[in-house]
Amino acid sequence: MSILQGSDLECVRGDRRLFRDINFSLNAGELLQVHGPNGSGKTSLLRMLCGLATPAHGKICWHGTDIRSLKGDYYGAITYLGHLSGVKDDLTAIENLRISSALAGVEIEAKKAHEALQHMGLGGRELLPAKVLSQGQRRRVALARLLVCGTVLWILDEPLAALDSAAVKLMQTLLEQHLGKGGMVVMTTHQEIDITTGATQRLQLT
Amino acid sequence: MSLWVIQRDLLLAMRRRSDVLTTLFFFIIVVSLFPLGVGPEINILRTMAPGVVWVAALLASMLSLGRMFSSDYLDGTLEQMLLSPQSLSMLVLGKALAHWLVTGVPLVLMSPVLGIQYDLSADALLVLTASLLLGTPVLSLIGAIGAALTLGLRGGGVLVSLLVLPLYIPILIFGAGAVEASAAGLGAGAHLSLLGAFLLASLVLAPWATAVSLRISME
Repeated sequence: MSILQGSDLECVRGDRRLFRDINFSLNAGELLQVHGPNGSGKTSLLRMLCGLATPAHGKICWHGTDIRSLKGDYYGAITYLGHLSGVKDDLTAIENLRISSALAGVEIEAKKAHEALQHMGLGGRELLPAKVLSQGQRRRVALARLLVCGTVLWILDEPLAALDSAAVKLMQTLLEQHLGKGGMVVMTTHQEIDITTGATQRLQLT
Repeated sequence: MSLWVIQRDLLLAMRRRSDVLTTLFFFIIVVSLFPLGVGPEINILRTMAPGVVWVAALLASMLSLGRMFSSDYLDGTLEQMLLSPQSLSMLVLGKALAHWLVTGVPLVLMSPVLGIQYDLSADALLVLTASLLLGTPVLSLIGAIGAALTLGLRGGGVLVSLLVLPLYIPILIFGAGAVEASAAGLGAGAHLSLLGAFLLASLVLAPWATAVSLRISME
């Protein structure tokens, strides 16, 4: 049995049906890329996968159990990065990283947070408040969480938005390392990204 | 535990001190306006003091309710809270306590000074402060439910007052009643015990109700 499985998923927004009969299954080391035009329900699907939204029909199972009944156990295994990065303007980059990982149940020390930010190319900017960082740098602060959280399943909504080409390359290596270690990734992106490790599935929403 | 949530909210409040001071100055000004408007008739002032201070405290704590979840909602932190492996109720409890530390505690500390304007006796001042100390955390806890229900709505600020103010009525009655009872020689014990009971009940029930409301609002 696959680790993450979605069956007959349907999403309804108001009186409009965004998609129906979506099926997929994901195993260790696999990447699921969700494609589709704007407004086709990519973000809705990803929010369903994290348990933030309930599907109108169908269910999502983690190791064979419905994620609705797993709750905390499931939340401990996933990291979700949405459109909103959850970076606080008034906190510094390092405070943001330490607090968001504490929220995810992993308390990290200042040294580890420093290393993660350095790795994301934010060395020397750790103590600046997030409001003076650029859009791309704020995105990097949010992405640094992936380095420290150690979760199995990453659910990423447009992780490459606002990133420069060096950061896209960095993300690519990060994703490959994660998949190589047996992790799983579900992501949406409009940019092309070449992942050579692990198996890549494509899910097309119309 | 949710200690670091409290720490984070206090840190954010420190970085935006103006928000904290607005609430406190609103309280001070509202309480000070009454003696100016009513005139220096000492007996009238003494009778109305507890009611005025308590109503001002209700309004002041309402003032900052909108901010309790909205900034976290707008920058995506709230989504992360919902996806935290830790219990959402505990996180909410932490946020409500932080709200109380930032808005409630300054009011409690300020109230004896403001009570002097109304020529309250030392005993009455003590009871007033004690009733606020027990009552203001309940305001933050109940207010959190209203703030969670109106999250992301247009005109949520007005709606939250309509939702929450009726629920504040018992706290107002027993809070202001405590001072009157002690002035009448009946002792404030019964009123304060009831306020304590409200506090315990809301400590248990409000975080849970808030957590459920948040999940509904975010869907």
